[in-house]
Amino acid sequence: MRVAQPRLLGLGQHRPPRLVTNDDLTATLDTDDRWIRDRTGIAARRIAADDAGVVSMATDASAKALADAGVDPTDVDLVVVATCTMPTAIPGAAAQVATGVGATRAGAFDVNAACAGFCYGLSVAADAVRSGTARHVVVVGAEKLSDWVDWSDRRSAILFGDGAGAAVVGPAADGQASGIGPVVWGSDGARANLIDVPVGGKLRLDGPAVFRWATTSLADVARAACTAAGIEPSDLAAFVPHQANMRIVEVVARRLGATQAVVADDITDTGNTSAASVPLALGRLREEGRVAKGDRALLLAFGAGLTWAGQVVDVC
Amino acid sequence: MTEQDILTGLAEIVQEITGIAADRVTPEQSFANDLDIDSLSMVEIATAAEDKFGVSIPDAAIDDLKTVSDAVSYIAKAGVPA
Repeated sequence: MRVAQPRLLGLGQHRPPRLVTNDDLTATLDTDDRWIRDRTGIAARRIAADDAGVVSMATDASAKALADAGVDPTDVDLVVVATCTMPTAIPGAAAQVATGVGATRAGAFDVNAACAGFCYGLSVAADAVRSGTARHVVVVGAEKLSDWVDWSDRRSAILFGDGAGAAVVGPAADGQASGIGPVVWGSDGARANLIDVPVGGKLRLDGPAVFRWATTSLADVARAACTAAGIEPSDLAAFVPHQANMRIVEVVARRLGATQAVVADDITDTGNTSAASVPLALGRLREEGRVAKGDRALLLAFGAGLTWAGQVVDVC
Repeated sequence: MTEQDILTGLAEIVQEITGIAADRVTPEQSFANDLDIDSLSMVEIATAAEDKFGVSIPDAAIDDLKTVSDAVSYIAKAGVPA
């Protein structure tokens, strides 16, 4: 297989039809719309139907990304699904997604880096194209967090939503530069307890500790990803961080100093969709015309583990 | 550094993070009830104070900082050199 420079070729989104507003939640939780908006920036989130799952959402988003890229599914060599919300340990999602979209020649595997998973998967995809291991790769972040949330816990139930966002990575045209910059990543297992799901239990989150970590650590990671790509934060047209909480997004964006960048705010009516949030937010910025082809966007994802990863991409 | 110096520095931090005028940040004011500062902004204020005063203010301690005076005393005791 030919070695090539990797680029984003297409994007796809799956947003479940059911919208759950803050007011819907206050029927069963001791909280209110203003409290939730002030602390999270979230007004509503999408919740998947009972018969929808990680696989079906990922398959829909991937098929849309392939159509957007104009890539035939039989030309896909690898499918990577970033998820941490499969209902059981095996089978993974990726093989079923590959089959679902008709990627009959593709290898397939899941990656669990929680909310950071999409940027990890994107890095693997870029390296596979760069090395010649694969020519076209589908990377999809997909989560059904609603299965794992304790709907009686107002600290976490207000935050999360379901969905899937996909990208097709493939070779740049001859002579064209790479459109996926070097990844900057890291992890800290000493803080594994900040966000977890205990055996047989529901998702637990130490909100203040996560907020402190995110707001004090991630701007440096974001700057490092810019440096690795050979640009300054002020060169960015868009900053697309994991949509964990708008308060985190705002602080990290301010500290990054991406003065010319539109800052993704998909969380407002999507909630925190973990590994799906970065591709959903990027897709939406493009759909709304807030970024255009060729614009430089910094993707930055972070979450349970702790794990984090970021890279600069050219919008397709 | 005197407690007045700490108060002045803390008021600057509060103004920068929340937009509340520094002269409203007086010792008897409650962060939550009088200044309407929520728990996430308190974390931001604490981390900024850590940088500014060279002290450690863990999350568990933040919960006990009800008033501006509580925070000034905590920072003073946490070892700001005189």
